[in-house]
Amino acid sequence: MAANLRVVRALGMRSIRQTFRRPQLMAPIVVFPTLLLAVQTGGAGSAVDLPGFPPVQGFLQFMLAGAMMQSLMLAGNSGGIAFAVDIEMGFTDRLFAAPIPRFTIVLGRLAGTAALGLFSALWFLAIGLLFGAEIHSGVAGALIAVVLVTATAMAVGGIGAAIALRSGSASVVQGLFPLVLVVLFLSSAFFPLDLMIQPAKAIAEYNPFSFIAEGVRNPIIADIDATDLLYALLSIAGIVVLGLVLSARALRHRLKVG
Amino acid sequence: MRAIVVEGLERAFGEVKAVQGVDLEVGEGEIYGFLGPNGAGKTTTMRMLTTLLLPTGGRATVAGHDVVGEPRAVRASIGVALQEAALDPLMTGRELIRLQATLQGLPTAEGRRRADDLLERVDLVAAADRRVGSYSGGMKRRLDLAAALVHEPRVLFLDEPTTGLDPVSRKTIWEEVRELNDEGTTVFLTTQYLEEADQLADNVGIIDGGRIVAEGTPESLKAEIGNPHIQLQIAEGSISEAEEVCGRIGKLLPPTDARTVLVEVANGAADIPRTVRALDEAGIGVESLELVRPTLDDVFVAKTGYHLEKENEAEQDAVEA
Repeated sequence: MAANLRVVRALGMRSIRQTFRRPQLMAPIVVFPTLLLAVQTGGAGSAVDLPGFPPVQGFLQFMLAGAMMQSLMLAGNSGGIAFAVDIEMGFTDRLFAAPIPRFTIVLGRLAGTAALGLFSALWFLAIGLLFGAEIHSGVAGALIAVVLVTATAMAVGGIGAAIALRSGSASVVQGLFPLVLVVLFLSSAFFPLDLMIQPAKAIAEYNPFSFIAEGVRNPIIADIDATDLLYALLSIAGIVVLGLVLSARALRHRLKVG
Repeated sequence: MRAIVVEGLERAFGEVKAVQGVDLEVGEGEIYGFLGPNGAGKTTTMRMLTTLLLPTGGRATVAGHDVVGEPRAVRASIGVALQEAALDPLMTGRELIRLQATLQGLPTAEGRRRADDLLERVDLVAAADRRVGSYSGGMKRRLDLAAALVHEPRVLFLDEPTTGLDPVSRKTIWEEVRELNDEGTTVFLTTQYLEEADQLADNVGIIDGGRIVAEGTPESLKAEIGNPHIQLQIAEGSISEAEEVCGRIGKLLPPTDARTVLVEVANGAADIPRTVRALDEAGIGVESLELVRPTLDDVFVAKTGYHLEKENEAEQDAVEA
């Protein structure tokens, strides 16, 4: 067990180094969401006055959860791309030929993606605080947001890893980039549910990323709500299970076809 | 004691049978050269032996462990350096070997010590903290080899370790392989270079079309082809007279051109003096004389019907075009 944890940690560290050393993997996680946050906050700040908009201190406070959601989704996608690059260049063969349980290879990648999620959560909380956004529920609320973002990054990374293992192609995983944005825009990450129109609203109401976005946003803009938190955790658990099942199947397939 | 035992190993990809009933045995402490052109089934066989690919038929044991039933025990006993030097260009050489040590379950301090020793062994100390992407082809292969050795494996698999390397880098890898073998490591080496198999291997298996077509020591395989022959370039005198003289010494072989006589001799170099004397006595001038021994390429031609190196050159030309 301890040996497996060492392997997961070592592979996670490699994954983090790989992301920081490859600017094209880092840019979507930090640069794009930060720019979008700046543009949206600067350009659509008066949206908070619309009827139906939840009571917030300011638009930046509302948008922090959206920026974190975008960042973590792209961290998961970047993790999948990096994993597919490993497959393409044969690096995963080095890992598959080692006497380790093969699920540790996926877990190592997910540990790295979770660390990027943690970095993303801290980055956007710091930006929010720096530009005057309050964390309504204080330290406990910030901690909840950080945990949810970190866990969701890992969960999304599981889906990315499954697609990478199944396709073995970085361009296939990279091709999911627009889909990630569609999934986000069809959630309440960037817009309050009450202000969305049909059919987007109907989709967003059942989109698990809406529940996660609300779980992250709730302690930032209001008091901690146990129901929102529970729905967010259940949604994350669902995505984790889906990612692990798909990854396990894809791993078996890869070992079968070589 | 056998390090590798393969019985009827098969691998099909849909309708394509890449490996068709391969049988081979590799003794402990032996260097086994697995020789064949691209697409012959060498890499597929190696991937099955290293547990990277499941066989669709037959069985194989490596270091006494079944590759399907006990894959982790196999993986703990082997070191693998893959054809395309599967290295992360963003890692440094030192990071890669330390990671490999962790993957092999070495404690941190032990892994660091082994990494330092191995970097010194393959002469990469100065480049150890540079990213692998900046390494030359030869440096990458040496690093890959070092990573494969981090846990001192019983059996080392090298998939075309010198393909694409310059002659100096190739010789460096050969020396390292010999040294490892002298230390007791069994080496299973795939190659498409005849010279590499001839220089390094104790035993050679020739694979073509997914089947082993010949197996044995390089010398025994060459001996199967026949005796060495003397190749004479005639300067003066009648070629038919030269053939008559040489025919008394050994068996005449079909000539390659109008001024050449080829004669197979039973005693090798010992037959040269009497050949020279006989030609001299007959007044036949000789421009050049050479004793030609059978090569592995002759073996390859005899077993497959085509030249391996010409095949490789044609493929290389196609790639470059």
